[in-house]
Amino acid sequence: MPKINYISHQGDHYEIDVPVGESVMEGAVRNGIDGIVAECGGSCLCATCHVYVDEKFLALLPPIDEAQDAMLDSTACERRSNSRLSCQIQVRPELDGLIVRMPEYQK
Amino acid sequence: MPDGVVIVGGGQAGFQAAASLRAEGYQEPITLIGDEPHPPYQRPPLSKAFVLGKQNQDQILLRPETYYRDHQIRWIPGERTMAIETCEHRVRLRGGAAIPYDSLVLALGARNRTLPLPGVAYLRTLAEAIEIKQRLEQANDVVIIGGGFIGLEIAASARTLGKSVTVVEVLPRLMARVVAPVVSDFFYRAHVSRGVEVLLNTRVREIRGGDAVLEDGSRRHGDLVVVGVGIVPNTELAAEAGLPVANGICVDEWLRTADERIYAIGDCAVYPSAYARSRVRLESVQNAVDQAVAVAKAIAGKGAPYRAVPWFWSDQFDLRLQMAGLPAGHDQMVVRGEPESGKFSVFYFRQGRLCAVDSVNRPADHLAARKLIASGAPVNPQQAADESFSLKIS
Repeated sequence: MPKINYISHQGDHYEIDVPVGESVMEGAVRNGIDGIVAECGGSCLCATCHVYVDEKFLALLPPIDEAQDAMLDSTACERRSNSRLSCQIQVRPELDGLIVRMPEYQK
Repeated sequence: MPDGVVIVGGGQAGFQAAASLRAEGYQEPITLIGDEPHPPYQRPPLSKAFVLGKQNQDQILLRPETYYRDHQIRWIPGERTMAIETCEHRVRLRGGAAIPYDSLVLALGARNRTLPLPGVAYLRTLAEAIEIKQRLEQANDVVIIGGGFIGLEIAASARTLGKSVTVVEVLPRLMARVVAPVVSDFFYRAHVSRGVEVLLNTRVREIRGGDAVLEDGSRRHGDLVVVGVGIVPNTELAAEAGLPVANGICVDEWLRTADERIYAIGDCAVYPSAYARSRVRLESVQNAVDQAVAVAKAIAGKGAPYRAVPWFWSDQFDLRLQMAGLPAGHDQMVVRGEPESGKFSVFYFRQGRLCAVDSVNRPADHLAARKLIASGAPVNPQQAADESFSLKIS
């Protein structure tokens, strides 16, 4: 099962096994990791599962669609070029070892 | 020892109040009392991903069961709260136990409005969704009574599963209470073109022999008949404790009831909205979550009047309907984009000010609308209808 690395704003590191097909957001929420809120439950509607994706994995992610692009303009912490909504990242075998950093706050 | 916060209601609002209190650094005891057996879960997927089998029970939990222990939240499932003893600052449970509070948050939610029809199903809780999912597996013909969000979402799911589906709506258009006529018309065509039969201006008189009998005497067979005709707020607990109730538990802009220790949030609360001329009671995830966050901040000593812009959504087939603001009292409407293209928005104005926007598959319009409405930034109807005019404010 792919391992996803979540790093909190304070620097805490969580390595979580996330099944293929689940989203990076779900992996965090189902393991009770604070720092990803996901109030809309993964519908790309709230921008509270914002993460900064480690640069070396960016090329493996699908392009940002219109809905995600609009939501990323509404994140509580600044949008950067590696900003993504973690509900829109489906875990695949190639993403084993993915590193995402969580912003200071989500709301 | 302080008694801390007691939250009655284990839905999205109740859960969020508990989670936000801990996130705000609140150190005192938190007790979360729910009358369902499951840990708090998301309701929106019930009519969609859950009945379609794309998400299971575990996947819709707001947090795993271990979360509550790990965050020192005392979660009491399957328990009904019978009374608020306001003078003693405690709630009384069905089992007889009394739980004292310093602050009490009522997140009582709502229940389905029912019709006097035998054998019909309703969808509000996970238990009801499990029943509908099971019955859908056996059904060929599905009748939905009520052309609102819930009815249409279930209709779309049932049709996606290949069922023969009829929607019966008593009003002349779909989702009449919440969207503009052009949006109702668009969704009517969308459902019909995907094979759903939609009957407007139609009432079901009775259920007889597995058929829904319409007022004109014609019949539609339903192996499963689902009723989605709105909800009734759960206010009895508050009313019996002497708190003011008017189609919801009355709260001020700090979400406090007439008793300064008692707050009410989510579907059960009626509050003075900055975006309406009257008190409103809103039924949405956004309202539940944002009010819970506001109350948690207030209890943690960082409160501010509640001012969040209301927003709503509904997914039907591959269509995403999003609404921002409150259209009540609008005197002008303009459309941005072409409904025929499947992507458009309706902008509502009240005395020249933007008050609400309905968007179909236009997420950027919806986001821009939330910001425009929150900020009060000027945009006029001509600009809103002009696709070359950027609605984005930074």
